[in-house]
Amino acid sequence: MSARIGIVGIGHCRFGNSSEYDLVDVIAYSANDAFRDAGGLHLRKEVDQVLVGNMAAGMFNHQTSVASALVSRMDMEPCPAELVENGPASGASAIRLGYMAIASGMADVVLVAAGEVMRVVSGWEATNIVATMAHTEAEYNMGLTLPGFAGMFTRLYMEKYGMTERDLALVAVKDHDNGAKNIYSHVQLPVTIEAIADGENANVVNNYVAEPLRMYSTCPISDGSAAVILVNMDSPKAKLFAKKPIRIAGIASATDTHCVHNRKDPLVLDAVRLSSEKAYAMAGVGPKDISVAELHDAFVIFELLNSEEVGFFERGKSFLGVRNGETEIGGRIPINTSGGLKAKGHPVGATGVSQVVELVRQLRGEAEEGRQVKDPKYGMAVNFGGFGNNVVTTILAKD
Amino acid sequence: MAIDALEAKLRPPADELAPYPSKLITLASGEQMVVREARREDAGALLGTVYPLLGVPKDYYDIVAARMYSEILGWFRYRVANEFIIVGSIDGVIAGIVTSRHVKAGLGMSLHTLTIKRGLRVGAQLFAAKMEHHIDYLGEDEVHIVAESPIGFKRWMIEYELEDRSAMYPDLRHELGGVPTFTLTRKLWEAVKPVKCTGTRPVPPELLKTADKLIMPDEYVQLPGWKRGA
Repeated sequence: MSARIGIVGIGHCRFGNSSEYDLVDVIAYSANDAFRDAGGLHLRKEVDQVLVGNMAAGMFNHQTSVASALVSRMDMEPCPAELVENGPASGASAIRLGYMAIASGMADVVLVAAGEVMRVVSGWEATNIVATMAHTEAEYNMGLTLPGFAGMFTRLYMEKYGMTERDLALVAVKDHDNGAKNIYSHVQLPVTIEAIADGENANVVNNYVAEPLRMYSTCPISDGSAAVILVNMDSPKAKLFAKKPIRIAGIASATDTHCVHNRKDPLVLDAVRLSSEKAYAMAGVGPKDISVAELHDAFVIFELLNSEEVGFFERGKSFLGVRNGETEIGGRIPINTSGGLKAKGHPVGATGVSQVVELVRQLRGEAEEGRQVKDPKYGMAVNFGGFGNNVVTTILAKD
Repeated sequence: MAIDALEAKLRPPADELAPYPSKLITLASGEQMVVREARREDAGALLGTVYPLLGVPKDYYDIVAARMYSEILGWFRYRVANEFIIVGSIDGVIAGIVTSRHVKAGLGMSLHTLTIKRGLRVGAQLFAAKMEHHIDYLGEDEVHIVAESPIGFKRWMIEYELEDRSAMYPDLRHELGGVPTFTLTRKLWEAVKPVKCTGTRPVPPELLKTADKLIMPDEYVQLPGWKRGA
């Protein structure tokens, strides 16, 4: 692929509870934020394609055709606009399709905006809606939801590799430390290992959600949006934007079986490994070159598993790296500097774009004090659709 | 204050209620929240804590604050029968308040839960403390509960799987405006208590002392930019 494609604008709202706002307004907020970051709202008219990432507005908000609604809300007609739905990886898939649109020569500037407003329903209903990504007959109808899946998955990993519940809590402590410093985080409160794992009150303060997963092993249900502006760096239009592009060095996706039980080993996330291998190859780098990573951690076990599949740790060893502080800011490979889905929040359709926004902030050196990784060169994001069955890996480079 | 004959007529009959023993909860942040029953001398700090939230419509803080303000005032001025207030404080600063009332033998009526410090399930812990008082210390078998906000509904009706008695007893309505009434039974409480209710007793004296004189918060996440006294 010869095209040089970069990100020249980023936008983000604070994740949390936006349930009193209209979904399209929530997405437009971040899209406008991205244009302001790139040089001004007038740049809307330079966009050749709008792609919107969203998972379930039809169910959460009784709103379909979100891309059409967004273009109209932002006064961007007649710009082409499409919705991209790939479960919780909708955001990263939209970026990948935006990349492909520019690489194909059909567009020079693409706005990718993504969002979800989930807190209009109860937590249980939200879990039920998210569970629509599972296989209806083989999984959902048997009572499986994503937390249920993740609980079994975690138990299997614990039995096979000797990880403890305390190890899961250590990941949460690290993520909350980072999230507390991130202005966009849903949960901006640090937590202590004594309070959520070791202390006398921990069983209630950090109660089970799907044993052995506890509340602090699980992401909150969040509303929010994020946006990026992609540009062909060799196009004359690139000069219209104020910010130096952060280049997309590699972007790839892979799929795995829809039914988890069809996998040879449920603890092996082939789609994560394959998508990262393709992204590494495209970028011409390897795991050791990555300075900072955003790994999809809807449940903290995924942060650990993903960090093994992308090659940061040997299989079954990632939790030992967490014990040693290797994934903290200042550690060997800082992971989820934003707070991750665990603390920053997980408005499902927005997450993939939010991860990339965080990497851009890190590579520009714009993260908040105490959260900035020192002189990063390459950033990686893994966005997880379904239960690991449709994964997008993105590698960004600061040239 | 001298209670003259007229004042005595204005006051509701009062039962002798068992006291709620103070406890200590270590929140996820590591902060230690002292949970204790409010005393009459706390009324000023409680009212002053609730007052700024009267103008916050988000998440129904306005209606909950307005009703709680009147409940605290009603309790202080002896205009509500058998009301009790439980307060959570961190280093003396009020983090949350709950109000409730004993109706008669075996029956309690939950009034309001107001979370000041958000994100640490302070409200959930104080609500559980309120239920603990009703059932474990006052010996009630049922507590009637309503929710005035979606968050309240999610926290209590859904998480506690409260029984909706509306259809079973169409005439039974909570005294807060006759909205649909849910019930926490002793059986339900025993089922959820291990995962909902915590706290360490007795509270170490040095920590209990921090909650002796309650302090009104200077700032509220619900009121960005607002500062007490500014």
